[in-house]
Amino acid sequence: MPTPPAPVDLETRLGAILSDHAQLEGPLLPILHAVQAEWGYVPPEALPIIAEGLNISRAEVHGVVSFYHDFREEPAGRHMVKICRAEACQARGGHGVEAAAKARLGVDWHGTTADGGVTLEPVYCLGLCATGPAAMIDGRVVARVDEKRLETLLSEVGA
Amino acid sequence: MTKLKIYVPRDAAALAVDAEKVAEAVLAEAKIREIEVELVRNGSRGMLWLEPMVEIEKDGTRHAFGPVTPHDVQALFDADWGDHALALGPTEEIDWMKRQTRLTFARVGVIDPLSLDAYEAHGGLKGLRRALEMTGAAIIDEMKESGLRGRGGAGFPTGIKWDTVRLAEADQKYIVANADEGDSGTFADRMLMEGDPFSLIEGMAIAGICVGATRGYIYLRSEYPEAIHTMNEAIRIARARGVLGASVLGSGFAYDMEVRVGAGAYVCGEETSLLNSLEGKRGVVRAKPPLPAIEGFLGKPTVVNNIISLGTVPVIFEKGAAHYRDFGLGRSRGTIPIQIAGNVKYGGLFETAFGTSLGALVDEIGGGTASGRPVKAVQVGGPLGAYFPRDLFDTPFGYEEFDGQGGLIGHAGVVVFDDTADMLGMARFAMEFCAVESCGKCTPCRIGAVRGVETVDRIARGDASAIPLLTDLCDTMKDGSLCALGGFTPYPVMSALTHFPDDFHANAKEAAE
Repeated sequence: MPTPPAPVDLETRLGAILSDHAQLEGPLLPILHAVQAEWGYVPPEALPIIAEGLNISRAEVHGVVSFYHDFREEPAGRHMVKICRAEACQARGGHGVEAAAKARLGVDWHGTTADGGVTLEPVYCLGLCATGPAAMIDGRVVARVDEKRLETLLSEVGA
Repeated sequence: MTKLKIYVPRDAAALAVDAEKVAEAVLAEAKIREIEVELVRNGSRGMLWLEPMVEIEKDGTRHAFGPVTPHDVQALFDADWGDHALALGPTEEIDWMKRQTRLTFARVGVIDPLSLDAYEAHGGLKGLRRALEMTGAAIIDEMKESGLRGRGGAGFPTGIKWDTVRLAEADQKYIVANADEGDSGTFADRMLMEGDPFSLIEGMAIAGICVGATRGYIYLRSEYPEAIHTMNEAIRIARARGVLGASVLGSGFAYDMEVRVGAGAYVCGEETSLLNSLEGKRGVVRAKPPLPAIEGFLGKPTVVNNIISLGTVPVIFEKGAAHYRDFGLGRSRGTIPIQIAGNVKYGGLFETAFGTSLGALVDEIGGGTASGRPVKAVQVGGPLGAYFPRDLFDTPFGYEEFDGQGGLIGHAGVVVFDDTADMLGMARFAMEFCAVESCGKCTPCRIGAVRGVETVDRIARGDASAIPLLTDLCDTMKDGSLCALGGFTPYPVMSALTHFPDDFHANAKEAAE
């Protein structure tokens, strides 16, 4: 599991992220994406610094972080597996893939395997609706995922 | 020896089925054989069951092969890209292509999406050059004449929306492209952004010049990494070549734009929620009025349009409003890129004039189910769209026509289900999805969706008395919700209940016995 960032690193890196985004209109989402790209989640220690930088309340920043599915408040596993739950994938056998993934990893949605290797998240549509079931593994999209292909994909991420 | 020109798509739907490995195999095999190859990474032609679909240009004609795996490449070279089991003939002669009217998607799959020269060679920038010679009022007239209506689903006339922004007084106005294409069964926005990004840039520039907006944003969902990458590259190229910037094509008009990435909230596809998100707030729906056209992004007049609406603007100005308007049916003018998806044999993007019947789309063009079983239901318009039974397959594809049957065309996604689908389960999923994605602002949506799941579960346990309760709850959500999420979730739920009552009553009967 990733360890929380050291305070000095956090302040330095976050300061740079804030100044990189200073010219944007409505900078909070781009800032949070950059924070998550840096640490894999939005560390709680970052909230007061972001709030001060943007001159908004800590509660407002927390409200935004907690509203969006993408932003994590705690670290994820080393690999992120997202499986599409939307209707078009269901129509092509998505339920079977969902169940197989949960059984294989031994976790439910939003869960991380005991060794911290893989986090399983649902996703609602990857726009691959004619070639489903679809999934996204560490940001890479895959389609025509049946249980056999799922097994290969999970093996590739060490699960 | 002349170069062999080979096209391997870079559309996410192709990449997701190993198009990258196919491209690598093509280059590796060509090197072994000492054949000079010009590899073009095009968008997808939209025949997604054939992806990865590779094309070879011979004597100016493109020939298609698919679906190609990396292992097929050697044999395809052996056959000199001619007679082979995967050969489909000239691409344009394939029935699926011949039956279409491609206006918005004319260049998608044809050109290298990041070649501005190829874009111009295929009619690109003609519309913008023409619009730059016109007054804002004349641009509005052209838009109104075309009959273009919002392709995001609401179907509001685009020209009227633009005119409201044009006539508003403000020191800053904005163009916002809604690329939060979250509806299941839809991928037209993604394919356009990945296959012909300059058309969106051109459409947004025309909108900006018309209404006096110097800045634009594309709010693009994070689930589309390839589209984000392609759009960012295209904007960079357009800026370097003077299509965007302080003086668009040397006209003196300023217009520039950037991509903003969403964060996985379905409700941000609703325009006011999108604007809040763009401002860096929670994606909570705003009450209307004020309309975004008057008080939109940062309180300034803002055009918020769907990607397909904006991507269609260039062809309207290139070929003229009358050319576009002459396609269609009733008040649904022009063409619509229909996305045929789910359990279907031939799934993909099919652009055609409004008016094709649902049955023709599913049975003739889609070829029925992929599983070979009978079609049970078709959901049109995403997770907020109604389930249509076969009895309603003669409904022509049009805004008013679908509305008349208790449905909506939405973003024109058609998702096919075979007879194994459990419609009670689909009704439950619609409520569950609404509960997960509700922004929480209004009670009918926030609480209604949770109660909806519980009520469907009661029906599943055999409690028939919960059926009128579900109907009542749907009425409340429909009439009392602030936006389409809570307001339209009753469409899939009630259509499932109305058209497939057996799936709801089966358990009740068993319980009674």
